[in-house]
Amino acid sequence: MGLEKQQSKLVLEDGSIFHGYMFGAKRSVSGEVVFNTGMVGYPESLTDPSYRGQILVLTFPLIGNYGIPDNKKEEKLLKYFESEKIQAQGLIISDYSSNYSHWNAKKSLSKWLNEHNVPGIYNIDTRELTKKLRSKGTMLGKIIYDDEKISFDDPNQRNLASEVSIKKPFIYKKGKKRIILVDCGVKNNIIRAFLRRNFSVIRVPWNNNFLKEKADGIVISNGPGDPKKCVETIKNVKAALSKNIPILGICLGSQILALAAGANTYKLKYGHRSQNQPCLESGTNRCYITTQNHGYAVDADTLPEDWREWFYNNNDETNEGIIHISKPFFGTQFHPEASPGPDDTEFLFDMFIRSMK
Amino acid sequence: MNNNKRLNVKKVLLLGSGAIRIGQAGEFDYSGSQAIKALKEENVKTILVNPNIATIQTSDYLADKVYFLPLTAEFVEKVIKKEKPDGILLSFGGQTALNVGVELAEKGILEKNNIKILGTPIESILNTEDRDLFVKKIKEIGLKVPLSKAVKSVDEAIKEAEKIGYPVMCRIAYALGGLGSGVARNKKQLVEITSKAFSFTKQILIEEYCGGWKELEYEVVRDRYNNCIVVCSMENVDPMGIHTGESIVVAPVQTLSASENFKLRAISIKVIRHLGIIGECNIQFALDPKSEDYRIIEVNARLSRSSALASKATGYPLAFIATKLSLGHSLTQVENIITKETSACFEPALDYIVLKYPRWDLQKFKNVSLSLGSEMKSVGEVMAIGRTYEEAIQKAIRMLDVGMNGLVCNDINFNDLEKELKEPTDKRMFAIVEAIRRKYSIEKINELSDVDSWFLYKIKNIIDIEKKLKGCTLETLDESLFKEAKQKGFSDKQISILTKSKELTVRKKRVKLNIVPYVKQIDTLAAEYPAKTNYLYLTYNGCNDDIDFKEKNKVIVLGGGAYRIGSSVEFDWCCVNSVSTLRNLKYNTIMINCNPETVSTDYDICDKLYFDELTFERVLDICEKEKPLGVIVSMGGQIPNNLALPLHNANIKVLGTSPLDIDHAEDRHKFSKLLDELGVDQPEWKELTSLKKAEEFAGKVGYPVLVRPSYVLSGAAMSIALSKDELRKYLKKASEIGKDHPVVISKFITGAKEIEIDAVAKKGELFCYAISEHVENAGVHSGDATMVLPPQRTYLETMRRIKTIAKRIAKSLKITGPFNIQFIAKDNDVKVIECNLRASRSFPFVSKVFKLNFVDLAIRNIMGKSVPHIDRSSFDLDYVGIKAPQFSFTRLKGSDPILGVEMASTGEVACLGDDFNETFLKSLVSVGFKLPNKTILLSTGPIDSKAEFLESTKKLYDLGFKFYATKGTANFMKSNGIDAEVLNWPLDNKEPNTLSFIGDKKIDLVINIPKNIEKEELDNDYLIRRKAIDYDIPLITNLQLAKRFAEAVSSISIDDLKVKSWDEYK
Repeated sequence: MGLEKQQSKLVLEDGSIFHGYMFGAKRSVSGEVVFNTGMVGYPESLTDPSYRGQILVLTFPLIGNYGIPDNKKEEKLLKYFESEKIQAQGLIISDYSSNYSHWNAKKSLSKWLNEHNVPGIYNIDTRELTKKLRSKGTMLGKIIYDDEKISFDDPNQRNLASEVSIKKPFIYKKGKKRIILVDCGVKNNIIRAFLRRNFSVIRVPWNNNFLKEKADGIVISNGPGDPKKCVETIKNVKAALSKNIPILGICLGSQILALAAGANTYKLKYGHRSQNQPCLESGTNRCYITTQNHGYAVDADTLPEDWREWFYNNNDETNEGIIHISKPFFGTQFHPEASPGPDDTEFLFDMFIRSMK
Repeated sequence: MNNNKRLNVKKVLLLGSGAIRIGQAGEFDYSGSQAIKALKEENVKTILVNPNIATIQTSDYLADKVYFLPLTAEFVEKVIKKEKPDGILLSFGGQTALNVGVELAEKGILEKNNIKILGTPIESILNTEDRDLFVKKIKEIGLKVPLSKAVKSVDEAIKEAEKIGYPVMCRIAYALGGLGSGVARNKKQLVEITSKAFSFTKQILIEEYCGGWKELEYEVVRDRYNNCIVVCSMENVDPMGIHTGESIVVAPVQTLSASENFKLRAISIKVIRHLGIIGECNIQFALDPKSEDYRIIEVNARLSRSSALASKATGYPLAFIATKLSLGHSLTQVENIITKETSACFEPALDYIVLKYPRWDLQKFKNVSLSLGSEMKSVGEVMAIGRTYEEAIQKAIRMLDVGMNGLVCNDINFNDLEKELKEPTDKRMFAIVEAIRRKYSIEKINELSDVDSWFLYKIKNIIDIEKKLKGCTLETLDESLFKEAKQKGFSDKQISILTKSKELTVRKKRVKLNIVPYVKQIDTLAAEYPAKTNYLYLTYNGCNDDIDFKEKNKVIVLGGGAYRIGSSVEFDWCCVNSVSTLRNLKYNTIMINCNPETVSTDYDICDKLYFDELTFERVLDICEKEKPLGVIVSMGGQIPNNLALPLHNANIKVLGTSPLDIDHAEDRHKFSKLLDELGVDQPEWKELTSLKKAEEFAGKVGYPVLVRPSYVLSGAAMSIALSKDELRKYLKKASEIGKDHPVVISKFITGAKEIEIDAVAKKGELFCYAISEHVENAGVHSGDATMVLPPQRTYLETMRRIKTIAKRIAKSLKITGPFNIQFIAKDNDVKVIECNLRASRSFPFVSKVFKLNFVDLAIRNIMGKSVPHIDRSSFDLDYVGIKAPQFSFTRLKGSDPILGVEMASTGEVACLGDDFNETFLKSLVSVGFKLPNKTILLSTGPIDSKAEFLESTKKLYDLGFKFYATKGTANFMKSNGIDAEVLNWPLDNKEPNTLSFIGDKKIDLVINIPKNIEKEELDNDYLIRRKAIDYDIPLITNLQLAKRFAEAVSSISIDDLKVKSWDEYK
């Protein structure tokens, strides 16, 4: 391999230590340790703003195989990534492929991590680590390089959405119809989904009082952390609910929608982060395989009278979507925009658009 | 939602896949067994037609009725009329079942009998089977298939090629072995290829060429509510151009980006929905290695080899689920039997990599081409599980049991490395290793082989470590390199070779350094949910075991490994039955095996399944963790048998006959001495290490002699030498195989019968036994012989002697457990030729014919349980069982379809009947033999066999057959008053020629009894035999078989063969 292997370790808040070797940036970081069971898509996952503040553990052991693509832009968005930069704090894997092979690759995963100053550790028993996170729940942790002393840091204490949201509104021009996209940490593929359908997208900061803008629909994006921290967004959405403009909330957006409607949210033990979550549409036999990345969930029992549970998880029966009985308000806990993951629920964008008439 | 109701069916007919052959192996025993289990759970009665008696699915505790009958539309129709099922499952018995099902449907038989086809409708099946319909269906939804067009002239070819764009594949319709097919990269090449081809064909297919593209497979499931999931994605390491059955395959895909992967997933779902498949299907893609461009190659609307692999790779029981879905259930209502907490509606997440490696046995065939291509030649496969690619591939190579220590530390030479890389053979991976060693760049190897560079880099990692290890002694080897080597799949033996030490010394040091493998579970959800799964593997890429080892009373059963010639589903039957008896006896059962085509690797048959290597190192690893009461080595064939002594020496308790006594039977010297002491006769033999001494001995006892290395299964490198020249030739071949084992030469006795005894003993006392006779004379490998139980033509006195000898041997070797002895008998003179202190290939056959489970009895005796004495003998049966071999010569282009001491059959069937003739014909039809209508081509060999066959010729003549014959045979017949039209020998190049008559299908049956001596005629005979195989004309090459055939057809017609289920034979 030619590389001198440098020791590094992951320390968890319960005191357990996992030893491995360093790759990417050589530095120490702390954050919330979460695992994702998707077997493919590390460039997309690492740039997903929902990982803000988190150290990402990939349960699939062989990572780096197809390298990292270039920074080509399409419609003012990086073509191959979900945001402008790596959002995760750090990356924990089992087996790193220092030699990659793909027609579209421009650099190795390690080089890319290094460019974004994000550290990684490989040669970790990620299965053992995942089992620990599963049984004890998500934990704080830190990647320690060169015996540096750093403290644990709980990102959920912060308003993470505000950290990843754009600061000023930005317009992606396309057709006449337009949607407001409240950016709490939006993934590029949500924007692409609307652009592909010839919608102009007005991307506004998380706390923007968007009701001033004229739009055919409102999308509340995915994003990191505890939805209850997005107080201003909840307030704005509550106001929007009194109107008849169609609203779609995705992931964090769905939780915000629920909170605005008067329901409650809670933290899951270790969240859903994978590309294989089966979601049943209530009242049907239809089940969709979805991509997910969330640590909080809507408590469906607290939904007010005029709201219904739309989807629920076929594994643990947690809420996966909410719908208003008469108005065009929808929320999905999973990611219909996929990337990375199955596109089974891509049709929800069409459904949402139909509701705009 | 509980509104889904299952279809109202009460009795379902399930079609099996018949004998194991190349392209259709044990995977369908697995899928059929799962289907029966699923149906039973739904209280549906099951009727199974499958002549493969060695399968688990034909066990008495699974299907309600079992018919050991040929899988032809005629026989199945008779079963339908008798059983009146209301449903039929077609997708669990491979192509065989599907073809029979389509025929039944097209003839209106299913409709007439009100039988519902469960699962995928027949129309969808036809849409996938017929190339034109398939292309049309795929184009309807705007997806891409390789363009192709049939042309009838060179000009037309040029036009089409220009439309498609070069390079194009020119495929000659109905050509043998791809004869004349080829890739044209430009017009000039196209003209060259097509003009040549049009000299012997009327039609050429001009096809878009995807050679070198990545080859991928997706396993897709759909229920009738239109829910779709993709259970597994698989990537072929060998790209397009090499049959997926010949390819190394990994799961999940490794070199695809998320966008490529999910694009193919989305297409898969679109296709399965459009085709309307209910249940499971496999979809194969070609993907451009330089863009996201793709082609859909084919869809298999049935369970397949790939789906079996996907089931084992993911832990997702595809066949079981597919059955439930075909009964009308929805995916969300079927339980994930691994987690027991979630439903079957999900896509497994793996946290390991799986690698499938094919096993070839090409060296067993004369004249066969070694190169790999678009046709399958492999006879089995192994699956390795690891957490690095390096770990998986090294494990897999060891699992093959072909004498390789892993990817490196082997002794293989290549003369023309570039050619080997470009035109791969079964040694391709080793050629890549050699190329990397010779400093070929990865780019260059990729260019030559089209294997993706990612795989090549991984191979290079292994070679880099090999280099580092070579620079160490065991003393200087540091902990981190030691650990890295183990993480990259190096065995202790490889490390010992590289550091010039001993395997056990390496192990000692390793354990001292606490470098040990850890046990991980396969749980379908990458640890996201707690799983009670017992499906396990070992890896060095871990720091903790997933499970504890607290249970008591554990017994390990070692499986049989990859299917190969000589070791197939029979041993899997033995293993599965062992485990089930042990479970009944309340032991905690642990199975170790590495063959994804088996039932023994179904995690629901045992308490713990280790899907891992059957090597000394790994078995010892598991024993050290599990601390079992003992290990059963006598059920999985030769691999576990060979581990008996090493395990014993490592202080592991081997259950049953003592390993020292096993060695006594395996070691020819010891065994021969023992026979002498017992006063048991054996053919004269001698162990020899030099050619000169061999010649001397052969001269003394007289030719022919039998040459073989010690420790063999299925007669590897065993041969009969008729002359000094041949002896020399064979000795060379034999010594290549068993370096550590010298060569044994024995007198070959001609014209003798071969008889076998399968038995179980307890503390040296014969407990139960079955004696069967071979139809063929001695000289045909027992695995290729037609076996008859009970014997029909063996003297009572011979039987008595055989029993007495078996008793004496059992006593002196203190046998407890299964054993098998082979004898040759001439008159009443009986000689022992082989003895194995383990279950034999014929255990399932004798058990099922006798309705006395020999494995169950063996295990009970091994475990020291008291078992009531069995008081039955071979004469008690009022019916006959006949086991017939299945050959795969059609698949092995060029191979000489002849029987000899080297085993060549890939599988077997067995049928039951009221007498020999009836049963014999059933068994012939079951292995695909088409009974002749009118014409027979005879060439009956040397004069004595001509004479011996005369009586039979007369019988056939009386039945009204028209004879063609080669000159000598025709003359002989004429002088005995039988007319035969003379056909010229192939090499005479004169019409009327044997070859053209076979080619024009003017012959219904070829009886070709080889003469052995003259070289020229051997070639002539070979050409006739090969032509018959290539044109699917029934062929008989054995005199005894030919005689019995003549007797059988003259005594009974196919319409009189009785349709009786297993339980009707009492």
